[in-house]
Amino acid sequence: MQTTSPQFKSNAHQALADEALQRSLAKMRSGFSVKRAQAAARMPEFEALRDQGRDLKNHILENLDFYLEQFEANVIKHGGQVHWARDAAEARQIVLDICRTVDAKSVTKGKSMISEEIGLNDFLEAEGIEPMETDLGEYIIQLRHEHPSHIIAPAIHLNKDQVADAFHAAHAQYGYTRRLSEPRELMNEARQVLRDKFLRADVGITGANFCIAETGSTVIVTNEGNGDLTQTLPKVHIALTSIEKVVPTLEDASLFLRLLARSATGQEFSVYTTFSTGPRRPDDLDGPEQFHVVLLDNGRSSMLGTELQDMLRCIRCSACMNHCPVYGAVGGHAYGWVYPGPMGAVLTPQFIGVNQAGHLPNASTFCGRCESVCPVRIPLPKLMRHWREREFERHLMPKGFRFGLKSWAFFARRQRLYHPMARWSAKLLKRLGGKSGRIKNLPLAKGWTAWRDMPAPQGKTFQQLWAEQQRPSA
Amino acid sequence: MSSRDAILGTLRRQLKRGPLQGPQRDALEARLQNPPRSLIPARSQLPQPEQVELFIRMATEASASLQKVADMEAVPAAVAAFILRQNLPDDIVLAPELKALPWSAQTRLRIEQRAARNGDKVTVTAAAAGIAETGTLLLLSGPDSPTTLNFLPDVHIVVLPASCIVGPYEDAWAVCRQREVMPRILNLITGPSRSADIEQTLQLGAHGPVQLHILLVES
Repeated sequence: MQTTSPQFKSNAHQALADEALQRSLAKMRSGFSVKRAQAAARMPEFEALRDQGRDLKNHILENLDFYLEQFEANVIKHGGQVHWARDAAEARQIVLDICRTVDAKSVTKGKSMISEEIGLNDFLEAEGIEPMETDLGEYIIQLRHEHPSHIIAPAIHLNKDQVADAFHAAHAQYGYTRRLSEPRELMNEARQVLRDKFLRADVGITGANFCIAETGSTVIVTNEGNGDLTQTLPKVHIALTSIEKVVPTLEDASLFLRLLARSATGQEFSVYTTFSTGPRRPDDLDGPEQFHVVLLDNGRSSMLGTELQDMLRCIRCSACMNHCPVYGAVGGHAYGWVYPGPMGAVLTPQFIGVNQAGHLPNASTFCGRCESVCPVRIPLPKLMRHWREREFERHLMPKGFRFGLKSWAFFARRQRLYHPMARWSAKLLKRLGGKSGRIKNLPLAKGWTAWRDMPAPQGKTFQQLWAEQQRPSA
Repeated sequence: MSSRDAILGTLRRQLKRGPLQGPQRDALEARLQNPPRSLIPARSQLPQPEQVELFIRMATEASASLQKVADMEAVPAAVAAFILRQNLPDDIVLAPELKALPWSAQTRLRIEQRAARNGDKVTVTAAAAGIAETGTLLLLSGPDSPTTLNFLPDVHIVVLPASCIVGPYEDAWAVCRQREVMPRILNLITGPSRSADIEQTLQLGAHGPVQLHILLVES
């Protein structure tokens, strides 16, 4: 996928000026976080489950090679095949080769972020195979030639009129010529159109939320049921997944399933959780004849044993972006690659390079809400700081910015200089604020004062106030 | 070098060790043989009669409809009455595992036993367990229980003996492990299909059934 991460700043400016997008984002901000809080409150053990989720993922990562080999052996035992892919190009080629074995003309797709990561749709189309997204949100953005703006709600940036326009333009060929307006009608029409696609497809491609080492099963979690139709009706099922998604046993999957839906949508449980083990068996009346699992690495293995290892715990629930003030202001497309929000700000520099995606870890106030809701307690602000440090080390920031940071660091390390200067600045800024206590125009801070007034300091530094309060009262 | 070896090699290099051997490996293998349970919420650790009540509450909350049926013999009549009440067509597709029930008395119903096809309106299948914690059904695939019956129809009727209701998911895995081999498909189903992908407005019946009706068999 083409990245626009280097243009994050202009992407963000455009997003802030996009009124339709801002209305959609306002709805999102009030939706997910309230529902997650309610779901967590209904489960008194939720915080303890988060601790266990973190610890179990750490155990898995320490033994990842062992569990992957167990998973592979059990897939094969049940008649399936496992394909290891070092990078995106290899994964795409594996999928294409499998499609060729059945001379596939069309593939249906359940929702998969790995598919986005490897840019599968464009590749298949170029090879003459029609990829058809079946998750309602994914289908909408495929019609609009867009990428997901959110990892579980891919069309969250759109409103129903935009969906209606897309369907009106695309569905006339199937005899649906009336322009619809209600979400209910729009969904029903998509259901009708996609039914036919499900039945005609030669190959079904899904993701996998988990891979169970004990049984060789892949697990998908959906609300629509599209993933199940995708993997059950065609001759071939390909599950696209990545190496960190393996969990040892069904019991271990239960722990993460208790965390996943509550963290994501605030549901007690998603509607469909499906464990798939191998292809159709001798007396089965339905199911695919071939079952393939593609295990993608794409840079994940080299995160192990480094400061970034914690990120491999991620179960892709989207709680971090649902609670992020930056994501809530600019939406997912501004991030410019596959994964948006705080998890994307950590993953994108790893996948496409910090020289390309250095803006993303900087687009954070470090408010810490992401870490406070992460079901597996990933220290996202710390990991974003890791990338900021790498960016600084590699001289990737503009010279002026670097100079500013270095100057500040020079003084911050020398208390005898820093404190008098801070006291002096606090006083000066207070005077500039005048009676209103607000500064309308400040040199070197035009980025702020061009849009809003700067509240002036009260005249004393934090250190001064602290010292005063520590004095024993008379 | 194959990609498999390259990836496993990188993992081991990053973990600063070779393939696991000896006691470490034995411990992990033992863990797979006897899977430890994580914390089980207090909610799902109840006496069985209360689990049934919790199941009913949670399944209903997830927008499933539910009715109690006295015994398995009464299931065909309950299906026929439901179809009449809901004004549904008399054609139903039945999971073969339910064929032993007294269907012949329901002369109105036209019954086929097969996998689902496009256009099927109503299917009837059996659940292997009900999980009270979240009102979730466990359905296992097999020659007598094709998976498509759970996804293609508009209305999915599921027969669940109350005695098969357990508290947490972990107790349902025990049911699966009683089988000789892991079933090919294991479906956990909680309510009817839904989507909120258009303006976050929740709508039932996205791609799977619009209605999930549970016949809870009391004895």
